[in-house]
Amino acid sequence: MSIPLSWFLVLAAALFSIGLFGVLARKNAVAILLGIELMLNAVNINLVAFWRYGNIAEISGQVFAVIVFAVAAAEVAVGLALIISVYRRRNTVVANDLDLMKW
Amino acid sequence: MATETLTWLLPLPPLLAFFFIILFTNKRKALSHSLAVGAAALSWLGSMVVFVRALGVEEFGHEVFESVVDWLPTGDKFFQVGVLIDPLSAAALFFVAWTVLMIFVYSIGYHNFGQPKGDHDVPGLPPHGATVLDGKGKKKHVLSIEPMYSRFFAFIGLFAFGMYTLVVSNNLLTLFVGWEIMGLCSYLLIGFWYGKPSARNAAVKAFITTRIGDVFMLLGIAFLYSATGTLSFREIFTEETMHVLATTPAFFGLSAAGMIGLLLFIGTVGKSAQWPLHVWLPDAMEGPTPVSAMIHAATMVSAGVYASLRMFPLLTADFTGHGLTPAMSVVAFIGAFTAIFAATIAVAQNDIKRVLAYSTISQLGFMIAALGIGAYVAAAFHLVTHAFFKALLFLGSGSVIHGMEHGVLHTGNHRLDPQDMFNMGGLRRKMPVTFWTFLIGGFALSGFPLVTAGFWSKDEILADAFGHGHWAVFITLAVAAFLTAFYTMRQITLTFLGKPRTKEAEHAHETPLTMTVPLVVLAVFAVGYGWVGIPEHFPLLGGLIPNWFHEFVGGTLLERPEAVAFSIWPLLTSLGVALGGLGLGYLAYRNVQSAAQDKLQIPFLKNKYYFDEAYNFLFVRPAAWFSEVFVSKWIDKGLIDGILHAFGWIAGKLGFIFRTYFDAPVVNGFGDLVGEGTKKAGSAIRPLQAGRVQYYMVVSLSVALVVAVLYFVLA
Repeated sequence: MSIPLSWFLVLAAALFSIGLFGVLARKNAVAILLGIELMLNAVNINLVAFWRYGNIAEISGQVFAVIVFAVAAAEVAVGLALIISVYRRRNTVVANDLDLMKW
Repeated sequence: MATETLTWLLPLPPLLAFFFIILFTNKRKALSHSLAVGAAALSWLGSMVVFVRALGVEEFGHEVFESVVDWLPTGDKFFQVGVLIDPLSAAALFFVAWTVLMIFVYSIGYHNFGQPKGDHDVPGLPPHGATVLDGKGKKKHVLSIEPMYSRFFAFIGLFAFGMYTLVVSNNLLTLFVGWEIMGLCSYLLIGFWYGKPSARNAAVKAFITTRIGDVFMLLGIAFLYSATGTLSFREIFTEETMHVLATTPAFFGLSAAGMIGLLLFIGTVGKSAQWPLHVWLPDAMEGPTPVSAMIHAATMVSAGVYASLRMFPLLTADFTGHGLTPAMSVVAFIGAFTAIFAATIAVAQNDIKRVLAYSTISQLGFMIAALGIGAYVAAAFHLVTHAFFKALLFLGSGSVIHGMEHGVLHTGNHRLDPQDMFNMGGLRRKMPVTFWTFLIGGFALSGFPLVTAGFWSKDEILADAFGHGHWAVFITLAVAAFLTAFYTMRQITLTFLGKPRTKEAEHAHETPLTMTVPLVVLAVFAVGYGWVGIPEHFPLLGGLIPNWFHEFVGGTLLERPEAVAFSIWPLLTSLGVALGGLGLGYLAYRNVQSAAQDKLQIPFLKNKYYFDEAYNFLFVRPAAWFSEVFVSKWIDKGLIDGILHAFGWIAGKLGFIFRTYFDAPVVNGFGDLVGEGTKKAGSAIRPLQAGRVQYYMVVSLSVALVVAVLYFVLA
């Protein structure tokens, strides 16, 4: 066990921050979705890392990670479908232009 | 059937007829008059049976038909009502039954039964005539049937019920009930042709004038009841009760008996149209003629005298035969004054019915005067004979008017007054039955010697006044009797004798059988009824027929009155005034052709001494002023409405204050504040809702961050 836990956590935090930045800063909705995926996978790294450095017999960390994958996959499917639908209607995928919810 | 039971039933048939006609047969004219006449005939039959049975009783004054039932509980006793047939009511029943039946029959013809419907007749106005085609296809004007034919018979049915109730009552209360029912019917029937303003006014006038008398009468009844505790005639007129009443002092120096008698007498003054409440009767001639005959000549006005006859013991309490009591003096004065006063007015009237109306007032004055001097039997006798001959005269005048209307329809001159005697003349040839019966009635009214009933009854009054030394009354009545004969002959001369003065009179026509038969029947009584009261000591005729009436009716009183001793002077006076008046009347009006030639058309008499005008000025106008100006304008509109308006004004002001200073600033202000505040807050934070997802995210993350930082720092 040469690599300490904190490295994984730093990596996960970095990845999460990149994802968050992507979510907050990118204009393209597909890119925002990508950011979300990054954030979800940062969490997954954390989950797996905590499991590996915790009680290995307990597999709940892995199970959680699998569930997050599955959820992420479903989310992507729905999200992309939404984006395509929006694109067909509005001919754009720029998040700022989609302001129908404005007061 | 027991006589008492039969007496109870006497008033019922006309009442049932009234309800049946009103409720069921209003549209069926023949059925309506059959019901009414049938009911009158039933009552007539019952009355005759009762009368004949009464004749069969010896000493009928003591052995009367009486039957009572408990009516109103008064403490531990009952107020009893019942029926009573004593000699007086039997005599009254006789003439009421006959005149009512005759007048019911007469009404059929009078209201033109069997004639076609009028061209433009409306309910509430007399029929105007109809146009029919005769056999040759020529247009002809004929009389038309009364539009409210059934209604008339219903009303006279109700009236007959009132009269029968009054006659058979054994107490003052039910007598008063019948009295008031008649008052109502009088009102309804005077205003029968309510489309005429004059008829409406006359109806109201009659109702209100008689009401004045009725109020006093009710006071008298209440006084009597409080003094004796009973209203039954035979209980009041016992020696003990009368003694108590006569010795109890009341007001104005009168005994209780005199006071009660006078109060009840004021009711009679109203009902029998005595001065000063006489003004309604002449105006009441606006009603149909059968009404004038029945209500305003034969029965209702007679009911006033009948009630006074009933109350005779009260009026004459303390009377010893010498010197009149104060109550009697009042009665005698009013009677005698009315007799001569109305007679002088009658002399100057041109309307055939108005002459008779004043004559009725005058003749009722005779009866009242007779009562006032204690001539009980004479008053009752004149009451009965007068009912017969005056009903006859009124029906005759109705027949004349009817005949004249024929003439009016023939010439088409509807502006001619068919009641003005100066438009008539020569009708004896055109209407022989009416003429001869009217002549008999007129002679009876004048007191034509020996053959007519009026002579015997009037002579008895004069003889009584003379015999007891009431000179003022004697002379007044003698002059009134002279005037009576004079205006009667004037009427007969103007109406029937000479030549027709208008085309209408030339084309007058005898009336149908339903009208002439009652005339003939009544004419029989106008002559024959006098013979039952011929004084025993009358020269030649006296004693041939016993003086039945005196014996019979006199028995009503506790002490049978003595027949007055015979004297030649009143007889000569009667003969003189009757024949003199008749002769002078004929001579004076033989050649009179128009009202302008009539020397007695003195404005003062023609306008009835301006009594209507005086009453109008003294009572009607102040009353109108009082109601219109004082009550309506000042009290109602000024004071009461003023208070209400003040309340309204104050409430309005208060409301304004509340609105301006409380509602608008406080309540509305608060409401507006909530709304406006919400609105302002909304628009203030509206920019937050930018619609950009990433912006929301930044905000929420920042908030979460701040919260987290604060949490950590503070924790």
